[in-house]
Amino acid sequence: MANDVWVVVEHEGGQPKKISLELLGRAGQLAHALGGRTVALVPGKNVSAVARALGPYGADSVYTVEDPLLEPYTADAQTHVVGEALRREQPTLVLIGSTAQGRDYAPRVAGRLGTAIVTDCASLEVEDGSLVATRPMYTRKAIGTVRFAPKGIRIAVVLPAVYPVPQADPKRTAEVRTMHVPLAAKQIRTKVREVQAIQRETVPLTEADVIVSGGRGLRGPENFALLDALAKALGAAVGSSRPPVDSGWVPHDYEIGQTGKTVSPQVYLACGISGAPQHLAGMSGSKHIVAINKDPNAPIFQLADLGIVGDLFEILPKLTEAVRQAKGGNRD
Amino acid sequence: MLNIIVCVKQVPDTEAPIRIKPDGSGIDEMGLNLVMNYYDEHATEAGLRLKEQFGGTVTLIAAGPERTKEALRTGLAMGADEAMLITGPGLESADHLGTAWVLAAAIKTVPHDLVFCGKLSTDDNAGIVGPALAELLGLPQATAIAHLEIDASATTALVHREVEGGVEVLEVPLPSLLTVERSLNEPRYPSLPGIMKAKRKEIKMLTLADLKVDISADGAGTRSRLIKLVPPPKRQAGRVIEADADKAVAEIVAFLKNEAKVL
Repeated sequence: MANDVWVVVEHEGGQPKKISLELLGRAGQLAHALGGRTVALVPGKNVSAVARALGPYGADSVYTVEDPLLEPYTADAQTHVVGEALRREQPTLVLIGSTAQGRDYAPRVAGRLGTAIVTDCASLEVEDGSLVATRPMYTRKAIGTVRFAPKGIRIAVVLPAVYPVPQADPKRTAEVRTMHVPLAAKQIRTKVREVQAIQRETVPLTEADVIVSGGRGLRGPENFALLDALAKALGAAVGSSRPPVDSGWVPHDYEIGQTGKTVSPQVYLACGISGAPQHLAGMSGSKHIVAINKDPNAPIFQLADLGIVGDLFEILPKLTEAVRQAKGGNRD
Repeated sequence: MLNIIVCVKQVPDTEAPIRIKPDGSGIDEMGLNLVMNYYDEHATEAGLRLKEQFGGTVTLIAAGPERTKEALRTGLAMGADEAMLITGPGLESADHLGTAWVLAAAIKTVPHDLVFCGKLSTDDNAGIVGPALAELLGLPQATAIAHLEIDASATTALVHREVEGGVEVLEVPLPSLLTVERSLNEPRYPSLPGIMKAKRKEIKMLTLADLKVDISADGAGTRSRLIKLVPPPKRQAGRVIEADADKAVAEIVAFLKNEAKVL
């Protein structure tokens, strides 16, 4: 329907991903402002459990499109199904998470339908009846405000962790409907040979509320174990600045910064990171920044809420222990 | 023999600061060092390596103002064979989809087995043109690839791309469009003879009229518009303290509990 706000839901293991819940919360507010309903679209194989989970987070209505060909994810299948659903129902706004999937297929859907698309949205507002987004540009040296075309479907690809997951209301349910979108195997031109899971005990960077990140000051790959231990105690993710990646201490998917990931967690704990502009481009949107560095002149201290000039090799093990105790204490 | 296309954009050098115009309409380009988009260097390198392996040609294509020639010359100096620049009236109002339309119109006029793009450009940070271009050309795609092998018969690309919590291993049949992550390769520096040769190479100039595309018809290609650019909010530096391990731990734990409220 014309004023509806949609969220294309990403899911894993029968659960909606955190980003999709964040988007549902924001979609509800925007649908209210635009006078439409909040609608979730769930493409996948067996998605009834995912679909049922969405009502409590704000979906008024849920469309499922079920086809074994939708898993594993491919750009061809997803573009076809999402594109067709949007073409039929013509929502005014579609929110898609800025994830490896969302960034892959959303522009393709826009290309197919000829719709407006804005990526990396850090906010979405209705201002004087028009829809505007803000987004980091020029490697976060500037924030741009972008206005969407007034008519037609608008696609916003939204950064993770800019909107909170709404409080679930268990009494709320959404009407779940099946949408039939024919999909043939020959439409999927790429073949997923495998998805190699990277086994880590810590949470993914882009979903984490807390990130513990290491730089050149860690001096070697073996010392990332200090970060792993602290991250495990905090329930945090582990990231890095560019030098540890370039030195081969950690894989590229750790990298936060201009040539890596952009993150905005509740807390960013920078350990042995000097704060080069290239790194700040990826993390300066964090809500709280704590920095540990032995150099009192490190640029990271200019934006840290709490800066510790000290020896991270002494501090980190003790901090891990203190966090374990604090967490243990909370449980009692 | 592979016909390889690499899409190129010219952007401000990310190492340098930018100046935002007082009216917030964009950035001031006076004295700004403009270079080939960082990821496009990796895309060019990917194309050149395949040319070395399979033979063929590497053609650079850009849509942008006249000054974009300099970025194309960087790619020619790295070893690309030809370069094409689409410029002229109508282009300045194009959004990312509009740019993809223009590039698609140009690429359709030349044979292409593989089209490479950077995964994003470091000015707009949008990442739209690559996948949108794949769609408009009707090609299969893989985005932000970190590994690439082409089979001996040059029919299939095997790529890796980073996804949350893993690595996706994909087979993509040729012709296809691939966007490139920085970990794919290390771009070569242009050689001195390469630079000299690139200076003499002709850059083929095209206009939207030559390609018969009108991106502003029906508002298409102009459906998103930058209306304001501001500096990011300045973060206030907080407290910086010199501390031994015990004091540091006490400070950090107190901060995590009382201010960040994550403990």
